[in-house]
Amino acid sequence: MSSTIRRLATQSILPCIVFALMLLGWEALVRINSIPAYVLPAPSLIGKTLVQDWDTLSSSLLVTLRITFSALLAATIGGVALAVLFAQWRWIERSFFPFAVILQVTPVIAIAPLLLVYLEPETAVLVCAFLVAFFPILSNTALGLASADHNLIDLFSLYHASRWQQLIYLRLPSALPYFLGGLRIGGGLALIGAIVAEIAAGSAGQGAGLAFRIVEAGFRLNIPRMFAALTLISLTGILIYVILSVISWAMLSRWHESARDKT
Amino acid sequence: MTSAPLLSLNRISKTFDTSVAALDDLSLDVLPGEFLSLLGPSGCGKSTALRILAGLTKASSGEVVWRDEAARADVGFVFQEPTLMPWANVFQNVFLPMRLRGISMAQATPRILEALSLVGLKGFEKAYPRELSGGMKMRVSIARALVLRPALLLMDEPFAALDEITRFKLNNDLLNLARTLGTTIVFVTHSVYESAYLSNRIAVFAARPGRVVDIVNVDFTGPRDESFRLSPIYLNACQRASSALQSVMTDAELLT
Repeated sequence: MSSTIRRLATQSILPCIVFALMLLGWEALVRINSIPAYVLPAPSLIGKTLVQDWDTLSSSLLVTLRITFSALLAATIGGVALAVLFAQWRWIERSFFPFAVILQVTPVIAIAPLLLVYLEPETAVLVCAFLVAFFPILSNTALGLASADHNLIDLFSLYHASRWQQLIYLRLPSALPYFLGGLRIGGGLALIGAIVAEIAAGSAGQGAGLAFRIVEAGFRLNIPRMFAALTLISLTGILIYVILSVISWAMLSRWHESARDKT
Repeated sequence: MTSAPLLSLNRISKTFDTSVAALDDLSLDVLPGEFLSLLGPSGCGKSTALRILAGLTKASSGEVVWRDEAARADVGFVFQEPTLMPWANVFQNVFLPMRLRGISMAQATPRILEALSLVGLKGFEKAYPRELSGGMKMRVSIARALVLRPALLLMDEPFAALDEITRFKLNNDLLNLARTLGTTIVFVTHSVYESAYLSNRIAVFAARPGRVVDIVNVDFTGPRDESFRLSPIYLNACQRASSALQSVMTDAELLT
């Protein structure tokens, strides 16, 4: 275990150095050329703005986090449940899959204004984020459920396993790597969906997320705050990625090829 | 081995959608306690015959008659690949048939451990399939097929993907298992030598359409070991099976 940590540390030194050098170069560029903050703020100023505006930004961050994770949770439950229904009853798949595709191929930015007509802004944003995160989870899980080893399926029928036994002991575990792949895509998309929908909604006040802060700061030419909000959105994306990678590693590392040590 | 057959294939034919006759009018008895090999080139329908025996494939015509209907569900199957669940460890893989039958973990545990020690995998309960060699995975697969102590064990070219040294070792262990447990075994192979070494009887198949062209008896009682490979009975069986195969293979097939 300690060797794994040491290897991770060694591997992360290089990107950390590159990142620090980039920030330094950026800072130097701004200072040497005296670029005004409303054109390109220096990293130090962005950091300062993050601290100064923390009250506003942190409440917006919480809003974005809440919407993204609620949407991802709903998409996970909905996607997996529907995939299981598809796998158990083919007629359900034939009846409903086209609608899932239609929802997926219609750009969420085009649906958002319509949703805003019918729903509260925060609910509309949630639904948008859900819609984009839902499909990759559904289609990946459905593919995984259908990809169980055909010899194992034969073995299950040899022992007269019921459909539910086959689902629980064979199809669901077979689908796990596919599901986790879909979850990673869905996690990134949930954040994009939330941001896009919020920009479309342009809602202010209590329920304002980070995307609204960007739009608002843009109107006020408060470029450092735009960058500060952008930084938080990036960090949110990274956080989602890390959490889902850790979940994936924890569930697959014992048996799946994708988690095999590459040494 | 003069008692009534454990089961009989009666005039079985099987045609797939592609209209190739995989099996044509096949009749074959499986005698209790025997080791029967189905030997033939690829595409001769020997695996199809095995799947029909297991009830995994339906025959187009003909019937499978069991001496005792209850025995129909009492079958173990070993595939060409180990076919283990990669997410489950060795213990859980062997537990599978019992779990599907609703046997509790507590009741199953001693039988699982016994099955694992029979195939020489004592102490590997917690290992995952990817940590095992090809031969060890196949042993797990055999333990899983034997854990319910079936009267009939069906094996579909189980050792074809293994290296020769591992295959010889598994051949000997399988013979010991068959003798210890008294299990009837039907074994599909394309190796003349493997079939002659293991079997009491060899059903030689021909392709297009799939059918049995000869039954070779290997009349050797008592335990077999590597010295059996030098005995006249073994060599004679190899000879007969080979010539039966060659007599029905077309020139084109012999070239491939």
